[in-house]
Amino acid sequence: MQQDRHLVIIGNGIAGITLAQHVRRHSSMRITIISAESAVHFSRTALMYVYMGHMRLQDITPYEDWYWREHNLELVHDYVEQIDFGQKLLHLRQGQPLKYDTLVLATGSVPAFFNWPGQQLKGVQGLNSLQDLELMQQQTQGINRAVVVGGGLIGIEMAEMLQSRGIAVTMLVREKLNWQNILPWEEALLVSRHLQAHGIELLLEDELEEILQDEQGNARAVRTIKGKEIACQFVGIATGVLPNVAFLQNSVLELDRGILVNEYFETSIADVYAIGDCAQFRNPTPPAPAVEQLWYTGRQHGETLASTLLGTRTAYDRGPWFNSAKFMDIEYQTYGYVPNQLPPELDSLYWQHKSGRKAIRLVYERNTQKLTGLNLLGVRYRHDLCHHWLRQGYTLKEALAELPAANFDPEFFRKFEHEIMAQYQQRFPDQPLPEKQQQNNWWNLRSKFKLATGSKKH
Amino acid sequence: MNKTIALPYPEQAADSSLGKTAGLTLIGFGLLGLLVAAFGSGVIDPVLTGLGGITALTIGGLIYIWQRRTELSEAHQNNGAWTESATSRGAIAWVVGIVLTGFYILLYWFPDSLQGLTRAMEPLSQWLRNRPADQWFLYGTFYTLAVLVMGVHALLKYRNNRYHIIRTLSVMFFQLGFAFLLPALLLYLNQPEFYFSYFWPLKYDYLFPGTVSYLVQNGQALGVFMIFWGAVLSFLATPVLTYFYGKRWYCSWVCGCGGLAETAGDPYRHLSDKRRVAWRWEVAIIYPILGFIIITTLLLWINSWSEGRLLGELSGGFSSTYGFFIGAIFSGVIGVGFYPIMGNRVWCRFGCPMAAYLGLLQKHFSRFRITTNGGQCISCGNCSTYCEMGIDVRGYAQQGQPIIRASCVGCGICAHVCPRGVLKLENGPREGRYAASPLIKREDLNLLS
Repeated sequence: MQQDRHLVIIGNGIAGITLAQHVRRHSSMRITIISAESAVHFSRTALMYVYMGHMRLQDITPYEDWYWREHNLELVHDYVEQIDFGQKLLHLRQGQPLKYDTLVLATGSVPAFFNWPGQQLKGVQGLNSLQDLELMQQQTQGINRAVVVGGGLIGIEMAEMLQSRGIAVTMLVREKLNWQNILPWEEALLVSRHLQAHGIELLLEDELEEILQDEQGNARAVRTIKGKEIACQFVGIATGVLPNVAFLQNSVLELDRGILVNEYFETSIADVYAIGDCAQFRNPTPPAPAVEQLWYTGRQHGETLASTLLGTRTAYDRGPWFNSAKFMDIEYQTYGYVPNQLPPELDSLYWQHKSGRKAIRLVYERNTQKLTGLNLLGVRYRHDLCHHWLRQGYTLKEALAELPAANFDPEFFRKFEHEIMAQYQQRFPDQPLPEKQQQNNWWNLRSKFKLATGSKKH
Repeated sequence: MNKTIALPYPEQAADSSLGKTAGLTLIGFGLLGLLVAAFGSGVIDPVLTGLGGITALTIGGLIYIWQRRTELSEAHQNNGAWTESATSRGAIAWVVGIVLTGFYILLYWFPDSLQGLTRAMEPLSQWLRNRPADQWFLYGTFYTLAVLVMGVHALLKYRNNRYHIIRTLSVMFFQLGFAFLLPALLLYLNQPEFYFSYFWPLKYDYLFPGTVSYLVQNGQALGVFMIFWGAVLSFLATPVLTYFYGKRWYCSWVCGCGGLAETAGDPYRHLSDKRRVAWRWEVAIIYPILGFIIITTLLLWINSWSEGRLLGELSGGFSSTYGFFIGAIFSGVIGVGFYPIMGNRVWCRFGCPMAAYLGLLQKHFSRFRITTNGGQCISCGNCSTYCEMGIDVRGYAQQGQPIIRASCVGCGICAHVCPRGVLKLENGPREGRYAASPLIKREDLNLLS
């Protein structure tokens, strides 16, 4: 790509910033990043920690101001009103129109609202942006009861945030358990029990019907579809996010739920790309979803598109799925394919600690014993090694031979890999596991499988 | 699969305000007792008010700490760190900072003003050391109590993490045993006072000719052992242990300064300056100090061998200048007095020559590193925020790189506060020590230069 082109990125989230950084590494082209939300890039996933007082806003911005200056990344804090794709011109709310040669849309998501009566009331909001955080700070001043709608990751985060301020929380969960549309039953049960043990009330298999108001137009209660009325002064909406594409609605750009792209992140218009939460793949490969709304996928989109913009047209290959989260103080990691309900061709080994705070699940194909994925709660595994197993198509037995090396828990922590191995032995008594092999420690495996790159000092 | 579920009704958190009030009341009485001991020793016997005050303060503190820490779940221990006055450079922080700083100024330059409190220590000093109390015994007692009481605080705060429990017990043990009881016992037995947990270059004068001849003359065989111990720890054990475990074996497991920082200083760890400019100051100050100590030690020995002919008073002036500026002002007044304003490791980060020495070993001759777990970092910043040494841990983690930094004391809090379990302190082969995860493409735009 020519050095004299002007690359404009709309959105300074992880996708847009990763792209800008990688392009800058190999090119001196002009790069401008526009955001209406925030003057500088910040970590969206860390908003909850600002609310709880663990960090300040400046602590969740990963780079100091000099970083952008020294690497010649121009930041524009403005709102893009309209895009003139023909003239390659951006019309901004405050600044002068901006000309681009290459445009990347990385505008992220907005909370999904489902037209509930009363959703516009004061005290009702989602949590996605910096502005949402500020609003939540205001709207939860001095209140003592809140309802969170949605039992997924953002919902659990909101519940934890509210609870940290002494606000009693009721969660409205559509499924039988928290996040049960994603987690297998045992994990979902573990998480739900953990939330309850921390004083969060769960209303399971119920949904929001409407939000009731008081005389001042504030939310005063919610009514569920089962007819239950719960008094509250705040309603957190955490029923998922939608691509932030409203400002493109009347443009010539082809949209569906999000901005339609192929595996090269190319939109329907030449020199215009879309990455991150706002992009929707035209032909996703199942089980990958059409819209990927994770921090990690945003980063991977940015990395991939950077290669293309730098001259090597590169198709997106997400590789084995991974994700992580934290439910109060229980960490969660998942690698590969772990559906919430195992189809008949899959089976799993599952171990859970008696404290109800740790669990390990290994999912495999019944016929071939090929490992398809892992779920971990309260136990940390090495991403690099799990990724390797899944990429190389390890069988359960092969993975178990290297299982102790995968453990990433801090020193002195108790290890539980032998529990999973014992289960395997019980289930497959005719297929004995090899004796403990010294050469299977992490450092040996790392160099054997080349699970590390570069040895340059930083 | 089971499709019906009976979930227990959420337990109500026990109301702990009564316990906290009781604790605070005792703390109030304790402070009052200390105040009376300090200023009213002419009227009331300071032993009663002073020792009574310390006892009340300790018990009250423990009660309050217990209530405060157990009412918060493990994940909520840092709630309010950046919003509460005491831990976010608010009014309470300044009051605490001024009181601490004032205490150090009195201790170093006006010890007579602490007579009342010193006299209060008399029975304890006689019992432990068989000699009268002085201001240093008073200081040592306060210091040890701070490590022990706030050690309990750290144990409760990090109660779900065995690494921190064991590490905290270690610093409590070394402070109480090696830096308080053992030196007192030596004095009791009429031996030279000696701290087996401090070595040159931190305890710079342990290898000065004056100290060596003093120990040999006054300690006989034990004195020779002390010199031997100090030299072996400085020049043999330190490189070997640092090779295997990194500088953490000393800085966050043994050292008294580190011990205070990890216990009493723990609530202030997020106040350390993370900016690049702070890192530049750090390297510009700490290595010259190490150089200064090496030169001073050499000069003193040259002077000693030449019987003063070569350098005269110059080397002595060197060492007393150091003792004043670095020993008193830096490590005491700024290092601890400014805890609530500048964080708990100012001395360790900018001033400690031992940290500089260990840091060079850790960076260049060690198996230690903090590993980043693949592509799991979400750049949230908890690791950097709670790094007491002001290292931008996130800068490495979000690129999938291991953290190998001279200043890292290996406290392990970054790994503890990380909400995605991305960091692990570990010792591994030096080959490929800097190698990073292939699961993140790195942009390699410099963060430190």
